[in-house]
Amino acid sequence: MQFIKDRFNYLFKSTKGLILVAIALIGLETALFGMLSGPMAEFGVRDVIVRVFKMDLIQAEREGRIIILYHSIAMAVIAIETYMITGLLKMKEFYKTAVRVLITVGYLFAMIFGMGFAYWGHNWALHGLYIAGLTLIFFAGVLLTIALWPWDKNYYQSDKSYARTKSGVDMERAAFFATALTTVISALFGAVPGSYYSNGFETFLAENVIRLPEKTAMQYSVIGHLHIMLALIAIMLTLIIGRWLNFKGILHKIAMPLIILGTIVINLGVWGVVTPLEPIAHMIIYVGATPAMLGALMLVIFGWDKFIREGVAGIQKPGSWQKFKALLHDPLRFGPLWQMVFMNFTVSGIGIFYAVRLDEIFRMWPHREERIELTGHWHVLSAIIATIILLYYGDVIGLKGKLRKLYGWAIILLSDLAFASVTIFETKRLFISEATQQPLVNTVMVLMDFGLGMLLVVLAMVMVWRLLDLFKKKGRWMAEAEHELSEEVK
Amino acid sequence: MKRAIIVSLRGAFFATKQSLRTGRLLRAWSRYARSARYSTIALAMTLVILASCAPMNLNAPAPVYDTGVDPNAWATIPAGSFLEGQFDHPASIDYDYQMMVTDVTVAQYVDFLNKALADGTLKVDGDRIVGYYPGDEFHGAKHEIHIDAGDYIIVPTNDPASRFTFGGNKFTVKTGWENHPMTNVSWFGAWTYCGYNGWRLPTELEWEKAARGSGDDRPFPWGYDIARNNANFYSSRDPFEDMSAFGSRTTPVGFYNGQTYGSYVTLNSASPYGLYDMAGNVWQWIGDVLPGFSDRFMHGGSKDIYDMDLRIWVRNSATPTYYSPGVGFRCARNP
Repeated sequence: MQFIKDRFNYLFKSTKGLILVAIALIGLETALFGMLSGPMAEFGVRDVIVRVFKMDLIQAEREGRIIILYHSIAMAVIAIETYMITGLLKMKEFYKTAVRVLITVGYLFAMIFGMGFAYWGHNWALHGLYIAGLTLIFFAGVLLTIALWPWDKNYYQSDKSYARTKSGVDMERAAFFATALTTVISALFGAVPGSYYSNGFETFLAENVIRLPEKTAMQYSVIGHLHIMLALIAIMLTLIIGRWLNFKGILHKIAMPLIILGTIVINLGVWGVVTPLEPIAHMIIYVGATPAMLGALMLVIFGWDKFIREGVAGIQKPGSWQKFKALLHDPLRFGPLWQMVFMNFTVSGIGIFYAVRLDEIFRMWPHREERIELTGHWHVLSAIIATIILLYYGDVIGLKGKLRKLYGWAIILLSDLAFASVTIFETKRLFISEATQQPLVNTVMVLMDFGLGMLLVVLAMVMVWRLLDLFKKKGRWMAEAEHELSEEVK
Repeated sequence: MKRAIIVSLRGAFFATKQSLRTGRLLRAWSRYARSARYSTIALAMTLVILASCAPMNLNAPAPVYDTGVDPNAWATIPAGSFLEGQFDHPASIDYDYQMMVTDVTVAQYVDFLNKALADGTLKVDGDRIVGYYPGDEFHGAKHEIHIDAGDYIIVPTNDPASRFTFGGNKFTVKTGWENHPMTNVSWFGAWTYCGYNGWRLPTELEWEKAARGSGDDRPFPWGYDIARNNANFYSSRDPFEDMSAFGSRTTPVGFYNGQTYGSYVTLNSASPYGLYDMAGNVWQWIGDVLPGFSDRFMHGGSKDIYDMDLRIWVRNSATPTYYSPGVGFRCARNP
């Protein structure tokens, strides 16, 4: 009994255990449900999976199923970020415990009962429990926002090397607070149309209505919701990585106000899509995105400079090659910041190009081509967020030596290979005709599948190792149960 | 590839040299193995990337099959109610109408092109054939483009993906493609063909009813589930497809009628009113012109997309000047 109790306490009471459970569940869900679409359907794997797991896939309900699938994965990712925030930032123990209990029960409910409802017949009790799970996560968000209140004097920043106001308010905490608060509000932009459309099951995917000349406020709300939630998850992760790397100094002082300003303005723009401000909403979003991205750039400059300085410490006059080696020395620390840079080529850059040349190029393509571009765009962003979490997780579990390098570089190279291939695939119509695209499509599909497939294999290996570790009397889990993320800020 | 081989050989050379010099054969072998491993990966990646640059034969030979389905046949769809769209909204059409049993074939369209070019309905304009369209009312909506009265593209004359050739004053069907659906035809080309014959393009509602029938809420013209031999879609493994080379190609109209072609067995996939290819093969242009929206809708899915987009209610849209090897049409008329 003690055996189970100890493991349970590690998995559901410690930060590292909670993160492990969420990553394992996301990995399992991605591996299983990823076999139902794309090349896996092409190869006939989907039919086998449906048969073996006795899934009930009604054609007319595909969109609803996918929406629940996206949400169940997203909720687990939000839970991971919440564990990290509560592990890195100071807050009252009551809030820390309450937030973690709520969000853990919430995402497990959303994932288990949501997927049960979506893929195994419509048991409405399961749907109710899925909604209950989402509601618990919402309350966890509200509590987290309260816990992050930056004007509590207990959390004032006394160290002047960090961004702070004259009175001592910690600007980084304020950035976390602003992001959490706007996340909670923006969740409502999905909840309201979600309850409207699911009442009668008339669900739709945003990319399918994007060309409709007249969109309702509810449709705009859905489109705004999915954009802003992903953006906020990315901003929150930027702040988390900044805290982990002990982001400070002049760049920190510039970055934090920029991130706060950017976050608030982006949100105002997105909320504006359901108001008469809709025609200029995109412009407001661009205005907000610029400072937010500049803030992230400050973090990248700070981090890379730090890695180089630490790497060449002791060398009197380090050359460029030595500095370069120092920068790449630790893939787990270099990786998250590199992925943020790489995102500009595969997500932001493409998105901006798309917005600027929408009428001249993209609206000249058929809607289905535009849909491929849109879907690829946000799939890559979601996956980049996942890889950043996995890289940080590699450090959290204390990977060292060759294993650390192998794990880190495998994630960076395999994922970037896949993301670059997706980018080529989604923009292929710019440089190749429909009639002659097949060899290119085959190549990018192979690279995409290889990259993502191997990435999942690497993750599976880590998960199996962690599972086996749980059976050891004095495994790694014992040490992890004691350590808090805030103690490991680099 | 050349570079990868050089890297591999260089790795082997240095490893051997090292082993001779130091005598530490095992270490050298380990280095060589690592070098060879990296080289193998580089070689494999290079091969994969080079494969994407392979030239494509757009006119690769295709099997010739007679489906037995008459492309000149029409089906009558009676007035009455049916369930429309993904969410089964009750809808009704209060008149009988007819729709072509198959998509318009390349042979049928080439006949039209030759006739219409001869009588002046169509004109040659550089590397395209153009025809007159009276224009759409402009509403100034977001993303709306002006479609004024004037000449618009019907078909391109020099696109290698077309299943016809143009010799300056006469169109000819490429051998073997006569009974395949006409593709590389713009919405204007489809609209002009139907109008020239005294017919019209179907409305979205007419198309949906013709595909689904009025009895139930089926997602596909033949029923509730889709198998690979129900329709021509991406990677459906029909005899006209080679995903490792040119990809998916059109199948002859009415191909999925329960016949066996060689060793390939098809399922009878006609709609309740007897229309073939209402899912898969080529997208079909719809006649509706929406106020403030320049795009034209298409339905039915095509050879180039996954099965989910073959569901009856799935829409695609494009500007009316758009043409592609995956887009065709069929006409409707009042009896």
